[in-house]
Amino acid sequence: MSFVFFLLATLTVAGGLAAVLLKNTVHCALALTVAFAGLAFLFLNLDAQFAGFAQILVYIGAVAILVVFAILLTKGSETPKDGVFSHTWLTGLAIAAAVFAVLGWAVIETAPMLPKSTSVPIVTVAQIGNALMGRYVLPLEIVAVLLTAALIGAVIVAMHEKEGLE
Amino acid sequence: MYAAISITPQIWSSPLARMLWLIPAGPMAASGAIALFKQPKRKAAATLALGALAFSLLLSLASFGHVVAGWSHGIAVREVVNFTWIQFGAANLELGWVLDPLSAVMLVMVSFVGLLIFIYSTGYMEHDANYTRFFCFMSLFAGAMLGVVIANSILLLFMCWELVGLTSYLLIGFWYQKPPAAAAAKKAFLTTRVGDVFFLLGIVWLFSQTGTLLFYNHGAGSIEVGALAVLLAQPAALGLTAAGAIGLLIFAGAAGKSGQFPLHVWLPDAMEGPTPVSALIHAATMVAAGVYLIARVYPLLQFGALPGGTTVALTVVAWVGAFTAVFAALIAIAQNDIKRILAYSTVSQLGYMMAGLGMGGVAVGIFHLITHAFFKALLFLGAGSVIHGCQEEQDVRRMGGLKSDMPLTFLTYAIGMLALCGFPLLFSGFWSKDGILEAAQHWSVSKVPLYMLIFGALLTAFYMTRQVAYVFFGHWRGGKPAIESPAVMTMPLAIMAFFAMALGLIGTPAWPWFRAFLDGRAAGFSPHAFFEPGLVTLMSASTVVVVLGMILAWRMYGDRSPKPTEPDVLEQSFPVSWGWLRDRLYVDELYGVTVIAFYDWWARVADWLDRRVWARIVDGVTHVFGLWAQLNRFLDNNWVDGSFDKGCEELSTGGGLLARVQTGRVQTYLRILAMAVVVLALMLIWSGRA
Amino acid sequence: MTPLGDYLLVAALVFSIGLAGALTRRNAILVLIGIELMLNAANLNLIAFWRYGSHPHPDPLTGMMFAIFSIAVAAAEAAVGLGLVIFIHRHAKTTDLDQMHRMKG
Repeated sequence: MSFVFFLLATLTVAGGLAAVLLKNTVHCALALTVAFAGLAFLFLNLDAQFAGFAQILVYIGAVAILVVFAILLTKGSETPKDGVFSHTWLTGLAIAAAVFAVLGWAVIETAPMLPKSTSVPIVTVAQIGNALMGRYVLPLEIVAVLLTAALIGAVIVAMHEKEGLE
Repeated sequence: MYAAISITPQIWSSPLARMLWLIPAGPMAASGAIALFKQPKRKAAATLALGALAFSLLLSLASFGHVVAGWSHGIAVREVVNFTWIQFGAANLELGWVLDPLSAVMLVMVSFVGLLIFIYSTGYMEHDANYTRFFCFMSLFAGAMLGVVIANSILLLFMCWELVGLTSYLLIGFWYQKPPAAAAAKKAFLTTRVGDVFFLLGIVWLFSQTGTLLFYNHGAGSIEVGALAVLLAQPAALGLTAAGAIGLLIFAGAAGKSGQFPLHVWLPDAMEGPTPVSALIHAATMVAAGVYLIARVYPLLQFGALPGGTTVALTVVAWVGAFTAVFAALIAIAQNDIKRILAYSTVSQLGYMMAGLGMGGVAVGIFHLITHAFFKALLFLGAGSVIHGCQEEQDVRRMGGLKSDMPLTFLTYAIGMLALCGFPLLFSGFWSKDGILEAAQHWSVSKVPLYMLIFGALLTAFYMTRQVAYVFFGHWRGGKPAIESPAVMTMPLAIMAFFAMALGLIGTPAWPWFRAFLDGRAAGFSPHAFFEPGLVTLMSASTVVVVLGMILAWRMYGDRSPKPTEPDVLEQSFPVSWGWLRDRLYVDELYGVTVIAFYDWWARVADWLDRRVWARIVDGVTHVFGLWAQLNRFLDNNWVDGSFDKGCEELSTGGGLLARVQTGRVQTYLRILAMAVVVLALMLIWSGRA
Repeated sequence: MTPLGDYLLVAALVFSIGLAGALTRRNAILVLIGIELMLNAANLNLIAFWRYGSHPHPDPLTGMMFAIFSIAVAAAEAAVGLGLVIFIHRHAKTTDLDQMHRMKG
């Protein structure tokens, strides 16, 4: 395990932990952003440049901001009276631990069988662009429709409120 | 004595035979019609009854003529008309009627005597309020009796027999408001019932053995040779054949109806009914039905007898008849009621008839039946005339000297009395009784019945002379003076008196027409038959006996007319015996102590059982059912309903429990999803591993 | 070179952390944050396998495209989800999930 990887991994995990543990919701959103960044760098470490930059652009640039806006619009910055964790937080933690245990055990068990290739697959942006327009044009269009629908839906949901409230 | 000719039995039935059913049907229909009349319609009722019976008489005479015509041509007429009434499975109940000499003779006698008595009753019952009801019952009786006489099926005979018994009950109890009359009617019915039970047993046995109820059926009838052979093949007990046993059972029924000892107790009490009833039913016809029945089933009783010998059944009949003759005659001596003397006389004469049947055969007994019908009916009607004339007085000690006040009645009564006593030569009773004595003389079993019957003749003469002396001679001891009866009553008396004398002509040994007619033989006129040695002795003996009896009675009672309160002449001499005789030899009292007491006790036991035992059981069962119902209700409410309710409750609870899964919380669902993922992953890993 | 397994472990760890956050936090937005973390962990898994795939790659584009599409869809989903959270906040005046149990059976 290289040092860079260790650093980035720690960053990501810390960011994630902070995102779920902090009391102030805005702090959580910011921690999330850090986690996203760590992940982006991990992608870059894995020679997936396009994915890494896409991660930065989309997640950090859009999703994190969106989360912050949502927090601000729902008065999430105020700390609730009776704690941020639910009454049965231990059960949830246990279940998450169980999931991690299963996944980790699966990984460790199958570690010898994992591929160990060192050559980097050559994927240029031009190839990605061609693929998007060629082989993956259908998923592209569907995702486009999906995004449009999501956009319209989100607008409607957030907008109709004004009339519906009265 | 009798010339034997060849006789050809007849197979086809003439139109007359086929119409024979009209003879009983007419009076029965008239009875039905009269039943619908109201009481005031007296003339219509009487006209209808007399008309119907006159029509029956005409038809009977026609049938009799037909049979006589056949007989005179050497044909033994026996025409039967049979039909099936009910069929069940393979067995049939057949009914039918027969026209033969016996039934023809009986038809004429019953309808003729009946018509004369009906005419008499229009005068006798003139002042009675229930005139219409009287003729209704009398008509029904006439129809039923005619039915008995022509029946070819023993079942039909039994049905008409019971009907005759019913009308007898109705007529004895005609003045039912009087307690003695109602009691006498009941007694008559119950006593004859005892006999009828045995009769029915005999019928059932006969039917089961021979398979047919008909008497004559062209060789297949139950008393024809084929069936009799079957019966003869099975011996019953005590030396009787099956045929004899059946015959004796039937004789038990006849004994009830005809007042033989020990079932005679109802006849004297039956005098409570109106006198025409006594005359018709209890002198001439119904009581004769028993004798006729024995004559009809005679082949049953006689079959198996060796020539010159006799069967056990016939011996029994003869002894019972002879005993009854003497027994009843003894009691008659000590009676003071005019009708009761005649009633016991009837019982005694019926005994003679039975003895005659038992010892001499059908013709002997039936001849005496025919002659007895006429002179006994005559005597009863005469007694009725006397009672009517004495303003309903019936005690002979309060009468007397009526020969001058009621001459016509006296004359006819005297003729009847002489016929009954058997005064020689001019009177039919002499010839018929002599026929019986002759049969007794030739009887192979014993001579004792002969002496008993001769003694009986002595007693008969004695008590009849006593009665006539009391009633018609001496001086009047009653209240108001007596008057002669109207012509409507005395005319029948005269007609019957004529026949009481004339009938003797057909039964003399010189010209035994009657016997020949009944037996289906030719009759020859042979005057020298009178001079057979045994016969001359017998005729002289019976004459001597009759005259002796009359002289004895005249010497004691003659013109004396003792006062009613004085004891009788004989009583003074033999007070104890007289007491016994007057009290009818205590037979009724014996029955009261034994049979009636037993039934009383039995009724009490049954009542106790009913109230204490059966009622308690029924209550108990009801109680159990009530408890059962309560248990069911308890079960239903608590278990059935309860379990159902509980089930629904559980279901509801379960549903409630299950609904808790839906917490409405998103995080819960997420947790469950995550758990499911873990489980699924584990399963995949482990299945992959294996 | 770090082995593939390490990347996968990291991905699993981030996934579990995100799951834990989604299952335990009361605020609805934080649940969405957790979900975003989970999606990212999945993406990391994909890229790691793309990088360390079999040699030679028959189709080197597939993993990358999968991850890119995943990012796009996740963005859309975040938008809609947050829009719904805002909507619910207007209606119920709160984003506390413990208080949202109107669908309780």
